[in-house]
Amino acid sequence: MNADLPLPVSRTSAELDTSGGGSCGSCALNNVANLEKLGLHSGRHDFVVALAGNPNTGKSTVFNALTGLRQHVGNWPGTTVSRAEGAYRHQGHAYQVVDLPGTYSLLSTSNDEDTARDFLLFGDPDVTVVVVDATRLERNLNLVLQILQITDRVVVALNLMDEAQRHGITVDARHLARELGVPVAPMSARRGHGIPELLDSVAQVARGGTAPRARVRQRLAPAVERAVDALAEQLVAEFPGLANSRWVALRLLEGDVSTERAVRDGTLGDVGRQHASRRDLVTAGQATS
Amino acid sequence: MTLDELPHDAEAVVTSLDGSGPERRRLMDLGLLPGIAVRAERTSPLGDPTAYRVRGSLIALRRSQARGIHVEPGVRTR
Amino acid sequence: MSATGVLENASRLRAELPPDFTDGVVASLFDDADRIARRTVTADSRRARPALDQVLDRALTHRVWGFVVMGALFFGVFWFTIAGAAVPSDLLYRLLVDSGHSWLRGLFVDTGAPGWLTGLLVDGVYLGTAWVVAVMLPPMAIFFPLFTLLEDFGYLPRVAFNLDRVFARSGAHGKQSLTMMMGYGCNAAGVTATRIIDSPRERLIAIITNNFSICNGRWPTLILMGTIFIGSLVPPALAGLVAAGSVVVVAVLGIITTLVVSWGLSRTVLRGETSVYSLELPPYRPPQVWRTIYTSLIDRTFKVLRRALVMAAPAGAVIWLLSNVNVGGASLAAHLVGGLAPVGWLLGLNGIILLAYVVAIPANEIVIPTIMMLTMTLGSVQFGVQGGVMVNLPDAQAGTVLVQAGGWTLLTAVNLMLFSMLHNPCSTTVLTIWKETRSLRWTATATLLPLALAFAVTGVIAAVARLAGWA
Ligand SMILES: Nc1nc2c(ncn2[C@@H]2O[C@H](COP(=O)(O)OP(=O)(O)OP(=O)(O)O)[C@@H](O)[C@H]2O)c(=O)[nH]1
Ligand SMILES: [Mg+2]
Repeated sequence: MNADLPLPVSRTSAELDTSGGGSCGSCALNNVANLEKLGLHSGRHDFVVALAGNPNTGKSTVFNALTGLRQHVGNWPGTTVSRAEGAYRHQGHAYQVVDLPGTYSLLSTSNDEDTARDFLLFGDPDVTVVVVDATRLERNLNLVLQILQITDRVVVALNLMDEAQRHGITVDARHLARELGVPVAPMSARRGHGIPELLDSVAQVARGGTAPRARVRQRLAPAVERAVDALAEQLVAEFPGLANSRWVALRLLEGDVSTERAVRDGTLGDVGRQHASRRDLVTAGQATS
Repeated sequence: MTLDELPHDAEAVVTSLDGSGPERRRLMDLGLLPGIAVRAERTSPLGDPTAYRVRGSLIALRRSQARGIHVEPGVRTR
Repeated sequence: MSATGVLENASRLRAELPPDFTDGVVASLFDDADRIARRTVTADSRRARPALDQVLDRALTHRVWGFVVMGALFFGVFWFTIAGAAVPSDLLYRLLVDSGHSWLRGLFVDTGAPGWLTGLLVDGVYLGTAWVVAVMLPPMAIFFPLFTLLEDFGYLPRVAFNLDRVFARSGAHGKQSLTMMMGYGCNAAGVTATRIIDSPRERLIAIITNNFSICNGRWPTLILMGTIFIGSLVPPALAGLVAAGSVVVVAVLGIITTLVVSWGLSRTVLRGETSVYSLELPPYRPPQVWRTIYTSLIDRTFKVLRRALVMAAPAGAVIWLLSNVNVGGASLAAHLVGGLAPVGWLLGLNGIILLAYVVAIPANEIVIPTIMMLTMTLGSVQFGVQGGVMVNLPDAQAGTVLVQAGGWTLLTAVNLMLFSMLHNPCSTTVLTIWKETRSLRWTATATLLPLALAFAVTGVIAAVARLAGWA
């Protein structure tokens, strides 16, 4: 239960992988050769993967490692200011990856953070990979928990493990995964360590293989809880198909200006409709194939 | 005492935040909440802003903002 | 029920909740985060605080040393770029412009291609393109890796930290220095980078002033002027250093202009409170030197170069056409240059330079090739070159051409450097500004304000220099 445990399994298998070994049960599959970087690839894809996280945690580095593209990487918060898309193929499935600007929270204030939040909330990704900085876990978890409120199809990429190790910080990834109820993949994206494990976790979540534990639900005061419920109900009636109505309701209660604007000018409604129709298409496609 | 008065290299615990709206929210998203320890680590050579260590990160705040953050100095925390 | 109904209901429900309930929402999340982190993280307290980071910060944000290092790095990067680019630039000149051009020309003549086609493609398109490669590639291939190393190390936010007060005083956002630095590579990239600024007012200031960060396309102009006109004022041993120094001075003037214009804007049309912001200073990270060099070459250098080439090829054709299509006994270029000459004189420049800037609206990179070519074909001293042909010219010879045929003086060189720093952004940047602001008014302001400033500054300097008898 406690943090003195050795570093989690997937890290060890990452080392095994680089040394060419494949002796442990599941790591035979964890081969980087399974990854085919597709670059920009605008063709058909099976799943959409969003890369989210605090600024400067290595999202673009992960993006580049997955797609073979070269998004701007730099050691300062704010290097990515708009959405970037790329693709990869893994075990026969094509994934579209979306690199997002870094954000401290889903309650954005600036243009770049809006981009990130809107995609996470309304872009309906199949998997959201939250890239977190292992050396600043506490603050990064704040965003992870916020994202877990809106979706449970999450994989946590515990990045910068090399730096954590250098600073004498140990993170018990297995325990973290248990706490959060979603897969956690420790990694050092810059060196390519841990990428195979990340791919596997993403694949599992995308295909619904892991049954995520009931999501960590924020404990709200009973009065707030009631208000959120009432408002969410009303929102769904007004904007059929709206994802994350409870989240939107809470923002409205808080008086969040940009959410109010989205309600007023109907963009929330559009998003809801798109969302609904896309889901229909997906189900229709699955039915025919 | 407010955060801007915190001497160099000293540690303190946040007691409350002034202000409201997005500004307050932004500070809270950075982890500046009542009960958290902060430490004044570097001041810009021109005297403002100052970088504070908050939950392991180094965050630079201008004096006008630090003035709105109330702290209790000298408390040793974990 | 309607959208307004939802909003009304929301505010009604809000009124029933305690006023500080949002704090509770945030706090409960952080409580959870805190609890989870405590159970999963162990820090070895002996190594807990990155000591090296603190030592580095102590030096790089030191009252005295912070600025010394900043100045040294700034100068060092420019000096390396200028000094290091000289030899490879010369080689490329010889290879692409000299040998390559005559070889290609021979090929065209041998195959019996018509004269106009040879002229348009070889003397126009090829030569324009080759010139841009020779002039641009070496400095960029040095600058971008150096800059990227600093960026990966984590130095850029420290610059913002050191200079914050200066920017605050001029009413600019604290992150404007970051967007300014991105502008040194390319202003279009700098303008996009302003998305990190949340206040619309301060973002506009950052967009409008990004132009004064000297982008890559403008360096060749500054470097050439600095080398042949300023460097030559001092003994040869010091020439390189002084030439680099003059480019750095112009770059610093660019920063000062940024601050002054920001100040002016924030006191007039973009008045308002300086907004609060926070800047996270990342840990220093040892850059991966080879990978950085490789990727910055591939990504930044070739990307910018590709753009320059896309612009240079048609521009080469345009220049050739301008100087070879005759109307009423003189080439189109001659007419245009003649028409622009009075304005050019007022600004301490000349008609050729102004025409070059018109041709170079799509990309600043082609200013120097255009000037050289037009000066040789239209100048007072004939060099026996065919119209439209740009010839391989080492710097010293280029100087001779400009002085003898173009009648250039030190004033022309100094004003060209200033004009280059101040004038309107290139068309790509203007387009980016439009995309980012979606406002005709601000796009026009961001385009015309720098141009007006360029005219005013060079005009005043020319007048003063002439009154004082310096020129
Ligand atoms: N040591 C180490 N550094 C890393 C690792 N991954 C990324 N970095 C570095 O972290 C910095 C930030 O990386 P980016 O990929 O630009 O981060 P980002 O999350 O996209 O940043 P924003 O777009 O600004 O939010 C860069 O300097 C990377 O080289 C890693 O695994 N180990
Ligand atoms: Mg990024």
